[in-house]
Amino acid sequence: MALSGIQIYKLLPQTNCKECGFPTCLAFAMKLAAKQVELSACPYVSEESKALLEESSAPPIRLISLKSDGYEVKAGNEVVMYRHEKTFYNKPGLFVKIKTSSPEADVKTLAQRIQEYRVNYVGIDLEVDGIALEDDTNEGEKMKNAVKAVRSVCKKPLMLFATSAANLEPALTELNGESPLIGCATADSWEKFAELAKQYKASLAVMADNLDTLAELSEKIKGKGVEDIVLVPHGKNLGHELILQTQIRRLALKSNYRPLGYPTLAFCQTHAQMAQAIAKYAGFLVIDTFAEELAYPLLVLRQNIYTDPQKPIQVQPGLYEINNPQPTDPVLVTTNFSITYFSVANEVEGSGLPAYLLVADAEGMSVLTAWAAGKFDAERIAKAVKAVNLDAKVTRKRLVLPGAVAVLSGEVESELPGWEIRVGPREAVDIPKFYKQVLQAN
Amino acid sequence: MPVEVPKEKWPGSVRTITLGALPSEGGTRKRVVTVGGETAMPFMHFEGEIPNPPVVAIEIKDRKPDDWSPLLLETWKDVIDDPAQWAAAAEAAGADLIVLALSLTNRNGEPTSPDEAVASVKAVLRATGLPLIVFGPGQAEADNALLVAVSEATKGERLALGICEDKNYRTIVATAMANDHLVTARTPMDVNLAKQLNILISDMGLPLDRILMDPTTGALGYGIEYGFSVMERLRLAALQGDKMTQLPMIVTPGFEAWKAKESKVGEGVPASWGDWLNRAINWETLTALTLVESGADIVVLRHPESVKRVKAAIEELMAAKSLVS
Ligand code: B12
Ligand code: SF4
Repeated sequence: MALSGIQIYKLLPQTNCKECGFPTCLAFAMKLAAKQVELSACPYVSEESKALLEESSAPPIRLISLKSDGYEVKAGNEVVMYRHEKTFYNKPGLFVKIKTSSPEADVKTLAQRIQEYRVNYVGIDLEVDGIALEDDTNEGEKMKNAVKAVRSVCKKPLMLFATSAANLEPALTELNGESPLIGCATADSWEKFAELAKQYKASLAVMADNLDTLAELSEKIKGKGVEDIVLVPHGKNLGHELILQTQIRRLALKSNYRPLGYPTLAFCQTHAQMAQAIAKYAGFLVIDTFAEELAYPLLVLRQNIYTDPQKPIQVQPGLYEINNPQPTDPVLVTTNFSITYFSVANEVEGSGLPAYLLVADAEGMSVLTAWAAGKFDAERIAKAVKAVNLDAKVTRKRLVLPGAVAVLSGEVESELPGWEIRVGPREAVDIPKFYKQVLQAN
Repeated sequence: MPVEVPKEKWPGSVRTITLGALPSEGGTRKRVVTVGGETAMPFMHFEGEIPNPPVVAIEIKDRKPDDWSPLLLETWKDVIDDPAQWAAAAEAAGADLIVLALSLTNRNGEPTSPDEAVASVKAVLRATGLPLIVFGPGQAEADNALLVAVSEATKGERLALGICEDKNYRTIVATAMANDHLVTARTPMDVNLAKQLNILISDMGLPLDRILMDPTTGALGYGIEYGFSVMERLRLAALQGDKMTQLPMIVTPGFEAWKAKESKVGEGVPASWGDWLNRAINWETLTALTLVESGADIVVLRHPESVKRVKAAIEELMAAKSLVS
C-alpha cells in the first residue's frame, strides 16, 4: 500500500540536512508520497528503510515480461477493476498450445503459422504472442525437440508446461538469453520448479484451485528468490474462474495483498473462457487450438477492451489518396474515427477504384455519433474541404456524403457553392457498387 | 494460508421483471421468463444474489429479411418465409424467448399493415409457448401504427414492445400500459440518457417493473467496448442504489455482429480472417459472451450455434454459486 508522507518521514534520517534539495526531511517525504521525487536524492536513507519504501511503492500487480529474440509480452501493472475507471494497460498475451506428442512436422507447421499470422484491424497489425508447449508424454527429450522445432521457424516467446520440472530442464538449455515462462508449479511440485525458474531466469506459473493455496505457494516461491510469478487460478467451471480472477484482482488492488499481487494466466478451451479471460482480468491466455477465424476476433476483442476509454482510436484528419486518383475522380468524405476511416478506406482500396478520401476532424467519432454530437456538420465538412485546398486539386468537384447523413446534403451544398453533392450508400461495403453504378455512370 | 477476500456490500438491487403471462394470469404462454433481481455484479455469487440467469432470445422476422447475411438465410432457409415455423424452430434451437422484428414492408414491397403485423404475432404466439418481444420496424410512424395494433390484439400476454427511444416512446408506452405489456427502452450508450428515458417512461405511469433497458451495444470491433463499459457503469449505479438504473438490461449482439463485414461478407476479404461461417459465429458468440460478463440480462441472438454456446456458458456461470456459497 502506498505510504503517506508522515509514514515515509518516519523512515527518513530526520536530520534535515537539506542535501536532497528540500529544507526538511518532512518536505522531502511529502514529495516522495506524491511521487514527484526519487528516493535516491537522499544519500542517507538506511538500507532497511530503502527496502521498506521500495516494497511499498511497488505496483500492486507485479509487471511480468516474457521475452525472446526481438519480442516481449508484458502482463501486470493494472490499476483498476473496471476499464472506465481509468484504462486497462497490458493486453493479455495470447499463446497457442502445442502438445509435445505432436509429430515434429506438425509442430513446425503450426509454429510457422503462428509466427506469420498477422491481421490488420483499423490500421493496427495484430499478432498472436507466442506458443505454449505442453509435455503430454512425460519425456524431457520430447520437450527439448519440440522447442528446437519451434525455434527453427518461430521466434516468439515461449511457455513450457510439464507436470515434472525435470522434464523442462533439457528444453531450457535451448533458450539462452530468453525469458520464458515455465509451469505449472503446484503444492507438490513447487520446489523443483522454483529452483529451475531461478536458475534459468524464467517466470513461474503457479496453479491451484483456491486462493489460500495459491497465496501460500507464491509466498514459498518468493522465499526461494523467485519473484516473477504468474498465478493460474484453476476454477472448477467458468463461473468459479470468474470469481477467482475477480478476487485476485480485488485483493491486489484494494487490499494491496502481496501474495496475490501477480498477473494471472487462463487456460481456455471454450469461447466463453476466452471472452471472459480477456474481459475479466487474465494477464495471459493459452488457447487450445489455432484457427484464423478464432485468432482474429480474439485479437480484436482484446484490442477493444484495452482501448483507453478517454481516447477513441483516431486517424489524422486530411486528404487521403486511394488508388492514385486523378483530378476528375470523386471525393468521399468521412470522419476521423479509426473504425470508420478504415471501413471506408479498405472498401475503396479493395475495389481498385480511384478516389480521394477526405477525413474531417470529428474528434474521433463515428459518422452518426459525430453528427448527433454536432461534430460532423456542413460547416465542418466545408472547413475540411478548404483546409486541404480541394478546389485546387480536383477539376470535377464531386463530394460524396455517407448515406447515414443524407440529411446534410442541402446544407453542404450551400456551404460549398460549385460543388456537386452526392449521397452515398449507408454502409461502406456498398461503396464499390455505388461507385460503378452511380459515379461512373454520370 | 487463509485469504480474506474483501466483499462488496451493495445497498441497491436490480428489479425483477417477468415476461409472458400464463393462462392463469390472462395470457397463453406455456412458460414465463423472469430476469433481474441481482444484488451483486455479474455472477459474484460470493457476495450477493444472482437469482435469475441471463436468458437468450432468438430474433426472427415476419418475412424473409432483405439485408441479413447469406449465412443466416441459409441457416433458417426452411422456415424463413413463415414466422410461425421460424418461431418453432427457434424454440427448438434453445431460445428462452423469441424476438419478432416486424419489417417495414411486406413480401410484396408494400408497407406492412397493422393487420399483417397482428397476424404474424398471433401466428408466432400459437407456434411457441415462449414469451415474446415484438420490435417495430424502427421508424416512428410505422412502429406506432403496428405496435398499437399488436398490443391491443394481444392484451394480457405481457409481451415486451419496442423499441422506445427518446424521440418516440409515448405511443408505445401508452399502449403497453393499457394492454398489460412491457416495453424496451433504448438509449445510445450513456448512463444519464438511460436514466432520463426511464424517468420519462415511468412518469407516464408505466411501473418500473415493466421496463427493460437497452443501453445499446456495438459489435466486436465496432464499439463493443463502449457497450461493455456503459453496462458495467449502469449496473454499478443500480447496485449503489440509483433507482432509475435498477432495470434488467437487454442487448442485441446478434443484430450488431451480423451487420459487421466480418459476418456478412465471405469473398474478397483477407486470408487472415479465416473461414467465413466459423468467423461469423465467433463474432456473434464473442460479442454476446462479453456482454453477458458486463451485466446483460437478455441477449438477442441470430444463430443457433451461438445460442448453444452462450447458454452453456450461462449455465456454468450460474453453477458456480454452489462452489462459493
Ligand atoms: C459507439 C457509439 C458511440 C460511442 C462513440 C464511438 C465513437 N468514437 O464514435 C459513444 C458511447 C461515446 C457514443 C456517444 C454518443 N452517441 Co453514439 N453510438 C455508437 C454506436 C453504438 C456505434 C457507432 C459506431 O462506431 N459505428 C461503426 C462505424 C464504423 O460506423 P460509421 O462511422 O457510421 O461508418 C459506417 C457508415 O457510415 C459508412 N461510412 C462511413 N463514412 C462514409 C463515407 C461515405 C462517403 C460513405 C458512402 C459511407 C461511409 O461506412 C461505415 C461502415 O459501414 C451507434 C449505434 C450503432 N450500433 O450503430 C451509436 C449512435 C451513433 N450514437 C448516437 C448518439 C445520439 C450518441 C450521443 C449524441 C448520445 C449523447 N447524447 O450523449 C453521443 C455523442 C457523443 C458526445 N456527445 O460526445 C446515435 C445517433 C442517432 C442518430 N441517428 O442521430 C446512435 C445511432 C445510437 C442510436 N440508435 O441512437 N456513441
Ligand atoms: S537528504 Fe535525506 S536526510 Fe537530508 S534533508 Fe533530505 S531527506 Fe532529510
